[in-house]
Amino acid sequence: MNLNALWEYANPKKFIETTDRVLPFVAWSAALLLAAGLVWGFFFTPEDYRQGSTVKIIYLHVPAALMAINAWLMMLVTSLVWIVRRHHVSALAARAAAPVGMVMTLIALATGALWGQPMWGTWWAWDPRLTSFLILFLFYLGYIALWEAIENDDTAADLTSILCLVGSVFALLSRYAVNFWNQGLHQGASLSLDKEENVADVFWYPLLVTMAGFVLLFVALVLVRTRTEIRARRTRALEARERMQA
Amino acid sequence: MIALLTRDMRLAVRAGGGFGLGLAFFLIVVVLVPFGVGPQSALLSRIAPGMLWLGALLACLLSLDRIFALDHEDGSLDLLATSPLPMEGIVVVKAFAHWLTTGLPLVLAAPVLGVLLNLPGPGFGWLVLSLVLGTPALSVIGTFGAALTVGLKRGGLLLSLLVLPLYVPTLIFGAEVARRGAEGLAVTTPLALLAGITCGTIALLPFASAAVLKVNLR
Repeated sequence: MNLNALWEYANPKKFIETTDRVLPFVAWSAALLLAAGLVWGFFFTPEDYRQGSTVKIIYLHVPAALMAINAWLMMLVTSLVWIVRRHHVSALAARAAAPVGMVMTLIALATGALWGQPMWGTWWAWDPRLTSFLILFLFYLGYIALWEAIENDDTAADLTSILCLVGSVFALLSRYAVNFWNQGLHQGASLSLDKEENVADVFWYPLLVTMAGFVLLFVALVLVRTRTEIRARRTRALEARERMQA
Repeated sequence: MIALLTRDMRLAVRAGGGFGLGLAFFLIVVVLVPFGVGPQSALLSRIAPGMLWLGALLACLLSLDRIFALDHEDGSLDLLATSPLPMEGIVVVKAFAHWLTTGLPLVLAAPVLGVLLNLPGPGFGWLVLSLVLGTPALSVIGTFGAALTVGLKRGGLLLSLLVLPLYVPTLIFGAEVARRGAEGLAVTTPLALLAGITCGTIALLPFASAAVLKVNLR
């Protein structure tokens, strides 16, 4: 496959046409996978011998945390594409992904707090992982605020994409800095592919389904929001043209 | 470059450019701490390093929007942009001037205010050293934030929102150096990391700030 053909989809018209066809599939499979995964996870898995039924919050917590980080990664990639190739759809996709990523971060924090209350005996602890998620949330907040504050679209796209690049470096720095600053309460990764001790298969398979569901949900939401942004911009352009003629 | 530096310094010192403002703010924050947490000297000396770092950071934040805003208003920033000096150079000089007029006075004032918070004896040297190493990073990061928000009407609050998360690593390592120093522990690791962050930001961030400034002056 010719990789250059990929850039065709940066054409807004082509993007809208393609997503018209793709979006229903993505959205429905996201809905199906999420429904299946959550029902499976909530009602048809055994209770953990120590954590009881609270273990089941993992089906929301882990996928949300996964997408919270990957949403930022996606914004980083689309920001780079905007800086290098200046495709407007790319900048708009970054803009569209930010609130979704922020909500994912909030879901991860909130479900973590709900689980932490019975398990750790506290809603919140200044644990490195929790803290870095809170910092990630602040980064999302600043990024979105900057988009909202600037009126000129291209200026906003330029500034936010540079903020995204710089922010990524500092988010990584903060991630390791907080490790240094406090000892962890949060358990280590139990889903890695290369470790001996992983989460048991009964929990793992439904989790895999919900994770896939969250990924597709994220893709669907970002596609919808990007289409909205494109159309909003087109409407504004049309209105401006009409004002010129009037 | 030197002309620009002296000009910025003179403006900051003479024309109510916030030279004393940051210092006064630092003083007030430190004075308010005991009212908030109570006057027990044992508690105060435990939180003193962190509070001094936090106060210095907030005082630094206070004067950030002046780095570019006034020059942008009267058009001298556009003149600077068309001058033969590269934008990166302008940004570095601006950050350096900000450090000299804000960061350095804070560093010098910190030990005096440390007395107010009952900072333990061995902590003074480490506090000053950590601030000397850390405040340049605060200025450089702040310059990036100021460059991002230079064209905005009410950019002050947004500036804080953008800059504060970026300050996290510097604050962590700086306060850690001061805390460990005050408790008589080994400080080499956080000190090296703090110096690394400062050197890294000074080396790389001006390029981002310059790019942002160019976009804003377009």
